[in-house]
Amino acid sequence: MRVLMTENLRINLDTEMWECRHCDKVLISARDNYKRGLLAYDRDPREIHKPLLDPTKYVLTYSPDPTWCRLIEYYCPQCGVMTETEYLPPGHPPLRDMEFDIDAMKEQWKHRDEVLKEPGGKDYPRANRNRTHSGQPMARLFTGEKPA
Amino acid sequence: MNDMTITPEDKQLLDKFLKDNQLFYIADPEIMHDHDIGPRSEEEERLLSGPTDPHLINMVRGRILAAMDEGNTMIEQMGAAPGAKWGDIVASIFTANGDLSMIAPHGVVGFAACVHYPIKYIIKYWTHEPTVGVHDGDGFIHNDPRYGGIHGTDQSCIMPVFYREKLVCWVSCTIHEGENGATEPGGMPPSAESRYDEGLKMSPFKVIENFQLRRDLVTFLQNMVRDPKLQLEDMKVKLHTCLRMRERVLAILEEFGEEALTISLRQHIEDVQEEVRRRIEELPDGTTRVLTFPDSTLRENALLKFSMAVTVKGDRMTLDFRGSSPEFINRAINCNAASLKTMLLTSYLQNVWPDLPQTMAVFGPIKMLFDEKSVLNGSFETPQPMSLIPLFKAMTIPTIPMAKLSYSLPHRYTAIVAPQYDQPGTFIYGGLTQNGENVGNFCADINGNGQGGRNHRDGEHSVSPPFAANCDIGEMEVIEEELPIVRLGAFTLTKDRVGFGKYRGGLGYEMIASTRGTDMWGFMTGCTGSLFTPSQPLFGGYGPPVYPLCKIQDINIFEQLAKNPGKIKFDMLDMMNNQTVEGGRYSTHPMAMTFELCQNGEVYMMCQGTGAGYGDVLLRDPALVIKDIEENLISHDTARDIFKVVFDSDTLIVDAEATKALRDAERKSRLKRGKPFDQFVKDFVTPEPPEYLPYYGSWDDPTVIYGTSNGKRIKMKGTEIQSMFMPNPKDEKIKALEKQLASVKAELDACRGEAKKKK
Ligand SMILES: [Zn+2]
Repeated sequence: MRVLMTENLRINLDTEMWECRHCDKVLISARDNYKRGLLAYDRDPREIHKPLLDPTKYVLTYSPDPTWCRLIEYYCPQCGVMTETEYLPPGHPPLRDMEFDIDAMKEQWKHRDEVLKEPGGKDYPRANRNRTHSGQPMARLFTGEKPA
Repeated sequence: MNDMTITPEDKQLLDKFLKDNQLFYIADPEIMHDHDIGPRSEEEERLLSGPTDPHLINMVRGRILAAMDEGNTMIEQMGAAPGAKWGDIVASIFTANGDLSMIAPHGVVGFAACVHYPIKYIIKYWTHEPTVGVHDGDGFIHNDPRYGGIHGTDQSCIMPVFYREKLVCWVSCTIHEGENGATEPGGMPPSAESRYDEGLKMSPFKVIENFQLRRDLVTFLQNMVRDPKLQLEDMKVKLHTCLRMRERVLAILEEFGEEALTISLRQHIEDVQEEVRRRIEELPDGTTRVLTFPDSTLRENALLKFSMAVTVKGDRMTLDFRGSSPEFINRAINCNAASLKTMLLTSYLQNVWPDLPQTMAVFGPIKMLFDEKSVLNGSFETPQPMSLIPLFKAMTIPTIPMAKLSYSLPHRYTAIVAPQYDQPGTFIYGGLTQNGENVGNFCADINGNGQGGRNHRDGEHSVSPPFAANCDIGEMEVIEEELPIVRLGAFTLTKDRVGFGKYRGGLGYEMIASTRGTDMWGFMTGCTGSLFTPSQPLFGGYGPPVYPLCKIQDINIFEQLAKNPGKIKFDMLDMMNNQTVEGGRYSTHPMAMTFELCQNGEVYMMCQGTGAGYGDVLLRDPALVIKDIEENLISHDTARDIFKVVFDSDTLIVDAEATKALRDAERKSRLKRGKPFDQFVKDFVTPEPPEYLPYYGSWDDPTVIYGTSNGKRIKMKGTEIQSMFMPNPKDEKIKALEKQLASVKAELDACRGEAKKKK
């Protein structure tokens, strides 16, 4: 039984391992910090959020200040997909952002079918009226008045 | 010896003595610490333990919701506050005990979700107080967040509804009024250094008797604010909205009876809680976490840590905010926990469980943990008028830990979404208008935040404020008619300022503002995120960039436009980089500016921001990248450098093979530059925050909190946090300049000495 945990990761409940969803690479024990199964890179945020104002003219340029903010990228060591990212102050310990009770998960998934494809999202239909305020039609419930 | 046991009689006597002799009815901690609904009243117990008719309840619920919706529409149509016109309002109904039951379907849930605090306060303190009392025809006003509320700009009108001489429920409505007599105009003063700089701080008090406003009290309130007409008008609007809702409720009572109303109000929130427990239980047991780092106190640059951990065990959920920044006793950005909870609720109801009824009861089964004197749990004396900084984070960060908890579910209640842009990106203004009116308020742009990328599509541009999906950004023409603000660039999307990802965040837009027709006009802004990326991304996407405030001063742009109308393109990047306004003094600043006067024709520019990105940029469909170029959302360079798409610059036709090769090469270089995590930690992590960083909050250990005292770093236990007292930034600047002057003087003296010697 494999459980899809994020866009890029899943947990194999039989082997109790984190796996990459893109290349099936077995990363590390599901009871461990999945980041320990990945590669990490300390990026100067200016490489992604490039200065859009002339740095010779201005102090602030739309780029994060690299002495305040670092961009940490995590990669699958086999296929190179960017599994996670986080913005941290320089030297701040990376966050253990996911920690699951594997025994409880096993129990929970005993009663569920394996999900092979994430259920996706759906767009809800939009009200088909041009910005009238629903309060007025609602108020007519009380007044009995017919719409103009 | 130390036997403190007292008999029940003694206890009763002691309680009575304390009650009769309380000198100040401060916000009641018992009320303020409890965000859950109360236990059933005796009557609710009697009615709900028997059989109930679900069809009848549903019918009554529909009628109540219709009444609330009508109330909301009344406020929107009649309200004088700018916020009222854009939907920063709500109308709501509470049980007889003061628990929030339902809100208007288009209202701001957060506004209502904190009004149960003042209602419970009124019930507890004023019902049996002979000088006050709660009677048919009474109405109460309230705005101080310490007694429940988001922040001091929101004023609520609260009215008990009596039926056959018995209190059966409460109705209330709330408007973001803006101006409230604070130390700066507009009600959200970043320069407030104590709670006494906040302007009106209304604990709940009676201002309506016999269904009429008491004019003496209204006058007193008008006398306390810069916009007395607004104060009067909206108090009338709220009174008449409450009266209409009361009328509708009485009609329901006549038609269906009192029991049906009582059952409907209570059943509604009990059902919600049952469903929430079920939804928690279906999540995996475990803990997910998120960090975010606001980079300013709005007076100085400072790096604050906000930490949130969500733990699920069975049908219980705990939100843990310990380890976050300490509070600042002389800065405006503190937030009290009750306010924070309502905005967390908003995040859950917008991004996680939007199909649930919009009511505070959703959070009943969820426990929350804070450090005392944390900036997220500010104590009574802290100034809180710019609590929007923590609150906007509260509205957005839960999407990350909740996405990581709920991605695995076999079904979805809504899409998985990366955080929305998390700053109140708007100009706040004040002064004398071209029509001779004194005003202070904020622009509707606060409602134009870009949405985060989602698991199946890009985020929407400038869709809504993170606190309410139904708020609008208003009509510029209407605003220009009333205010001396001229918007030279209004809603141009911010090209290349994008939360990149497989699905990108929706963009924000540029605001290019000037003023004319008055010499007494100014702006301020209250955002962080000019140094450190504000919203964190999801599943390998990138966050937003940081945004500066830009100014062009000492010029009159209108004079230049009259001479040469074609020369200036209303594009922030072009104006700043090519300096197309002649002779201007150009500068950039953090988006935290205390009130300053803007001269006629000077230009102030800022942006609404982008939502965070979702997923790896290399997984973005090249066709979507080209579409972004066609829609002028990104440049050719961004398409090539960030998304690694190869295409013909003239035809925009994608070279699929070359793109695949370029992306493969990028993945290879990731493998090359990435380090195994343990090695990375060894190289990257430092035992303490860098010395040069003004850092506030925990580092590796959530029980140890860093802060400063007199400009020097200190460490505190999480259980013994002390408030931060910040030096005056102007004093700091003078100190630095004096130091510089001294060293320059010394140099000059040395030079003179040498020159003398040579002579
Ligand atoms: Zn992989």
